[in-house]
Amino acid sequence: MNADREPGPQAVIAPVRHEVLVNAPVERAFRVFTDGFGRWWPKAHTIASFPVERAIIEPWAGGRCFDRGADGRECDWGRVLVWEPPSRLVLAWQVDGNWSYEPEVDNASRVTISFAPAGGQTRVTLVHDEFERHLKAGPELAGGVRDGWGSALGLFAAEAEDAEAEDAW
Amino acid sequence: MLDALADPTRRAVWERLSRGPMSVGQLAELLPVSRPAVSQHLKVLASAGLVAATPDGTRRIYVARREGLIALRDYLDTMWRDGLAAYAAAIDAAIDQENQEGSQE
Repeated sequence: MNADREPGPQAVIAPVRHEVLVNAPVERAFRVFTDGFGRWWPKAHTIASFPVERAIIEPWAGGRCFDRGADGRECDWGRVLVWEPPSRLVLAWQVDGNWSYEPEVDNASRVTISFAPAGGQTRVTLVHDEFERHLKAGPELAGGVRDGWGSALGLFAAEAEDAEAEDAW
Repeated sequence: MLDALADPTRRAVWERLSRGPMSVGQLAELLPVSRPAVSQHLKVLASAGLVAATPDGTRRIYVARREGLIALRDYLDTMWRDGLAAYAAAIDAAIDQENQEGSQE
């Protein structure tokens, strides 16, 4: 077990945390992350049942996060909870244990993305936490090694790897 | 829909067990709750699939089930690592393109 997996006083499951330094000032870094989301987001990472043409984050608090197919079909996967350009963005990650859209924001984990100036660059910090919220929709998912998350994750990860191998962008 | 973790005491019990297996007696010592109350909470958590019990002599040891959430966390860890790498690369690619366009003028 990794040191960063040690549960803190609040979180039973340690947050996912990633940091990246990007070659752009904060305004641009924020704009590429949000307006440009569909240009860089790996298309294999989707819960849509159709081929995704573009992933979209609507640029306002309460905005939808969704994938759109070439035929116009849409599949929601989240909601903008905080919209504070160019420094902060908070999303609800609304995916349930069966890899379907979870309509209840309260049952969704949280993704906080912060943009801080670092010289002429921007330090982008992403924290995905509050995973336990997903258990409110179905506590049985906690033990989902054979069902729910466990098996679906394995399948999904394999599909994602295949898709990325075929379509390295 | 059963909401086993909505109750703060039940959540505290589950969080305690997430840090390591314990008996009812140990939980009652750590939390401001009586043994019968702890047992009752454990019953609800067990029926929701959130805890499992194993016999240990005359008592039972309880453990939180959270394999599913850990699998989810591991998956999201990889997903965001890949996503942010693609994001940083997209910014670099845009700068390269602008530089090329600039040098052509």
